[in-house]
Amino acid sequence: MYRHFTEIEPPSDDKRWRIVNATMRRHGYHPHALIETLHAVQQSFGYLDDEALHYVSNSLRVPLSQTYGVATFYHFFQLKPGGRHSCVVCLGTACYIKGSDQVLERVAEAYDVQPGQTTSDGEFSLLTARCIGSCGLAPAVVVDGDVIPKMTPENVIEQIRRITGNGS
Amino acid sequence: MDHEEFLQIGEQERRRQAEYRHHIHVCMAAGCLSSQSDKIKTALETEVEAHGESGHCLVKGVGCMGLCGNGPLVAVPSEDVLYQGVTTEDAPDIVKNLGKGPIRHKHCPTDIPFFKSQHKIVLENCGRIDPERIEDYMAVGGYQAFMRVLTELMPIGVINEVTRSGLRGRGGAGYPTGLKLSTVARSEGTTKYVVCNGDEGDPGAFMDRSVMEGDPHRVIEGMAIAAYAVGAHHGYIYVRAEYPLAIERLNKAIRQAQKAGILGQNIFGTNFDFSLEIRLGAGAFVCGEETALLASIEGRRGSPRPRPPYPAAKGLWGCPTLINNVETFANVPAILRNGGDWFAKIGTKKSKGTKVFALSGKVKNIGLIEVPMGITLEEIIYDMGGGIPDGRRFKAVQTGGPSGGCIPADHLGTSVDYESLSELGSIMGSGGMIVMDDGSSMVEVARYFMEFCMSESCGKCVPCRVGTALMYDLLTKIAQGHANQSDLQQLETLCDMVRSTSLCGLGQSAPNPVMSTLRFFREEYLEKLADTELVKE
Repeated sequence: MYRHFTEIEPPSDDKRWRIVNATMRRHGYHPHALIETLHAVQQSFGYLDDEALHYVSNSLRVPLSQTYGVATFYHFFQLKPGGRHSCVVCLGTACYIKGSDQVLERVAEAYDVQPGQTTSDGEFSLLTARCIGSCGLAPAVVVDGDVIPKMTPENVIEQIRRITGNGS
Repeated sequence: MDHEEFLQIGEQERRRQAEYRHHIHVCMAAGCLSSQSDKIKTALETEVEAHGESGHCLVKGVGCMGLCGNGPLVAVPSEDVLYQGVTTEDAPDIVKNLGKGPIRHKHCPTDIPFFKSQHKIVLENCGRIDPERIEDYMAVGGYQAFMRVLTELMPIGVINEVTRSGLRGRGGAGYPTGLKLSTVARSEGTTKYVVCNGDEGDPGAFMDRSVMEGDPHRVIEGMAIAAYAVGAHHGYIYVRAEYPLAIERLNKAIRQAQKAGILGQNIFGTNFDFSLEIRLGAGAFVCGEETALLASIEGRRGSPRPRPPYPAAKGLWGCPTLINNVETFANVPAILRNGGDWFAKIGTKKSKGTKVFALSGKVKNIGLIEVPMGITLEEIIYDMGGGIPDGRRFKAVQTGGPSGGCIPADHLGTSVDYESLSELGSIMGSGGMIVMDDGSSMVEVARYFMEFCMSESCGKCVPCRVGTALMYDLLTKIAQGHANQSDLQQLETLCDMVRSTSLCGLGQSAPNPVMSTLRFFREEYLEKLADTELVKE
C-alpha cells in the first residue's frame, strides 16, 4: 500500500495535526484513507473547515470535489463549529413512538434554535439523530455526550440545564 | 501460541473465577452505562472492599443482560438473582445480602417468560463475560472452534458445516450463508476480503450494538473462521461512528487477539494468516447496503452500484469479498463448535436457528431477546414483552425498520421466519421490533419512515431520489387532510414504481411501510381524504 509522496506541511503548527498526520501515515497516504482521516480531523478539531479539507485533499491526492462530496454525503461530518454545549434528540422509531418529536419541539422553542443549528451566541447546538441505539431508554437525548433517558417535553429543559449548568 | 498454552489460559481463568465465593455482574452495555452503571460498579467494589470480601467476591462488568428498559441491571448469577433499577445507594444492601437471598424492592424475577422463552446462541456470553478481557472469553470456550477449524478441518469442511446448519443472513435478506461462503471460496483471485457489516442503521435496532459491545471476540472468531473457509487474509469490521463503545471494545478485542496470536501470522502454528481492521461509518443509512458499504470502506461516498457482479465475485478493490452482518458472524463459532445438525434442529423448516430482536416501543418489557425462529409475534409481544402498558390497546408491530412493515393484531399468530413476515408485506430485517398502541397514527408512521428514506436516499438513481420525495409530499398532504382519492391512487402507483425500478434495497423497500399500512389500515388513509364523503356516496 506504500505510495510515493511528498509530505505536505500542515496548515498551522497546531499539535492536533499530528493526530491527523498519524492517521494518514498509518494508511500510507492512500486515497482510501479519506473517511478515516476526516474522522481524525473532526475528532481533533470538532468540525471540518475549508482549510482542513484542502489539506486532507492535497495530502491524500484526492480531488477537492471528492473530499467535499464525501464530507457532505455523510451526516456525521460537521462543516461548521458546534456550540459550546450540544443536545442531540434521538428520532429513532422507538423514541418517535414515545413522542420525541414533541421533545425536539420543546427544546427548539426554549433555546430558539432550529434542529441542525447553533444559537447565535455559539452556546448551544441542537441536533437530531436517526437512532442512538438506546431504545430501552426512549425517548432519549444526548447532552454533551451524556445520554439522558425517558424524556418528556415537561422535563427535558430542566435535564439539559442540569448538565450544561446554564441557568438561563 | 500452541494448543496447550491456549487451553491453559482458559483453564487458569476458570480456576481464578472459581476461587470467588460470590460473583456480581454489572451491566456495562451502552444503555445501562448511560444510567451510570459504571458508578454502581465502583460503589460495589468499594463496598466489597470495605467488608474485607475482595478475595471472595468478584465484581465484573458484563455486556447486555437484556432487560434494557429496567436498567441499570446487576446480577448475582451464583444465586440466580437479578436486580433492576439499581442505584449506587443499593450497593451496601446488595453486598450485605450476598448468600442471604435477594433484597426485595429491587429484585427482578428471572422466571418470567421474558427470560425463560429465550434461546441464546448469539447472546450466550452477553451478560456473562467481561467483554474487555480475552481470558474471560476463552474461559467459556472462546476461540476453541477457530482452533479446531484451523487444525482439523479443510476450508470445504467449514463451508459444509455452515451449509448443513441452514444459517441465513441475519442482516435482513436471509441469503443462505453457506452458499455465500462457497461462492466466495470458488471465486478466482489470490486476494480476498471478509467484511462485517456493523452499520446498524435501522432506527429502533440495537442488536448488533449489543453483540459488539457485549461479546466482541465472538464477532472476531466468526470472521476468522469465515476467512479461513473462503481463503481471505484480511478483514474489515465496518461500525457506525455513533457506537463509540462498540468501537472501543472491538479495538481492544482486536489488540488482545493479536497479542495472543489469534490474529496475525501463522495462527495456532498453522500457515494461516488473518488480520482485522475497523472502519468507521459516518452516518449514512445507505451504507448498510453491501456495495455502498464497500464504497465507504474504500473512502468514497456510499453510493450503491448495480449487481451483478456481486461482492462475492468483485467486492472490495475488485477482489472477491465475503460480506455478512454481525449476527451472522456471531452464529458461526457456535455452529462449528456444536455442528451444523445441532443448529438445524432449532427453528423452522426454512429458517433455522434463532434471531435476536430489539423489542421496544409501547410494550412493558423493553430490551434484547433471542428467540428460536418460528415463535409467534403474539408470544413475543404478550408473553415475553408483557403486553401493552397503561391499559392501551395493541395496534401494530413494526419489523424491519424503514424497509419493513406494520403488522396488525389479527396477524399476531404469524410465525417469525423470513417467509411468513414477507408474506405480510414486512421483512425479518435486522431485528428491530417496535410495538405501537392505539395512540399511533399509521399515516404518520408511514410518513415518518418515508421522511427517513427520502433524506437517506443517496441520490444516485432517480426512482428513489425523486420517488421518495414525491411519496413524502403525498403522505404529508394526506396527513394534513388536503388530499383526495386521486392522490391516494398516485401514491399507490409511485409505491409500485419505486419498488420495481430502484437501484438498491433502500429504494426497492422504501414503499414497504406505506404499502403495509395501506393494506392493513386503509381506513385510516380514507378518513383523512378530503373527498372521502363523495366516494362513500
